[in-house]
Amino acid sequence: MKNEDKKEKQKKKILRDWILLGITVGILLILLCIFPEKTQPVTSTAWDYFMEMIIVLPAVMIIMGVFSVFISDEIVVKYLGKASGVKGIGLSIFLGALPTGPLYVAFPMAATLIKKGARISNIIVFLSAWACIKLPQELVELQFLGFDFMVSRLILTIVFVIIMGVLIERIIEWSNKEMMKNGKRVLD
Amino acid sequence: MNYTALIINIIAIVALLIAVVKNKEKARQSLKMARKTFIGMLPMLFIIISIIGLLLGFVPPEQISRFIGEQSGPGGILIIGIVGALMHIPALLSFPLAASILESGASVTAVVAFITTLTMIGMITLPLEIQILGKKMALLRNGISFVVALLIAFLMGMIL
Repeated sequence: MKNEDKKEKQKKKILRDWILLGITVGILLILLCIFPEKTQPVTSTAWDYFMEMIIVLPAVMIIMGVFSVFISDEIVVKYLGKASGVKGIGLSIFLGALPTGPLYVAFPMAATLIKKGARISNIIVFLSAWACIKLPQELVELQFLGFDFMVSRLILTIVFVIIMGVLIERIIEWSNKEMMKNGKRVLD
Repeated sequence: MNYTALIINIIAIVALLIAVVKNKEKARQSLKMARKTFIGMLPMLFIIISIIGLLLGFVPPEQISRFIGEQSGPGGILIIGIVGALMHIPALLSFPLAASILESGASVTAVVAFITTLTMIGMITLPLEIQILGKKMALLRNGISFVVALLIAFLMGMIL
């Protein structure tokens, strides 16, 4: 039942994408009819970008496929559930950065981790790494924006994601404490 | 073919070879998954390519650099950060789009703000995130991510 729902949703999403594509191409064609002198520059830029994508995308998809089949959710949860400290943070980044699907795939894993009592900082770092430090993403970023851009953004992202993880953990622990205090007061 | 593309393809071939040696059935499964993801991404790929064509062909670079260029203020950065947070396109396809706005006069800060909010924040998936992780954690993560993304963007602008 749930699987069918998912399939139905997937179908809708694909249909929506094709309709969007039709609209975009339609706008492009109308504009090109009005300004025919733009046809040459537009098609040649579009073609250049298309070629740059198409020489890396299939390879990136294969890398993602291999990782997501060979690294199961169980492995990730098993390693993250008990790791703490610097090792925990490092592992969260590493396991989050392994290419294994879109962010919403990681939410149930994060939920299991919370239930297992993993540290909040680790979970936040893991989710954020999953969202924006993925290996295939970095490769495509390298291809389009160059080495300096990719590496500086990667380093900054890692630093800030760790700070964010620790900060959110503090906030949540503090607010839980406050809630307990207030709860007591109400009970008194 | 440039070096980066070559390296990416070599990594893919090596990964696939290791997969085949380890487990043929799983390797086949990986390829099937790769094909499915690729086909699923195709319409979005063509949409992005068309948008890049539109952007570079019809939007004058002066317009782009006026709003999100080197000389424009933090307002433009804030707006493009919000656009990134709201948009729902695969991260992989955001890089060619980012490269194209960079080419047509956007600042590094603006481009980084766009990619970073796009990847870190998911407005579309926020309800799901709240449902699974709870309101507090989901809102904190997305909210602080937005601030962090802008910080990273400004720092990148200073570095590059």
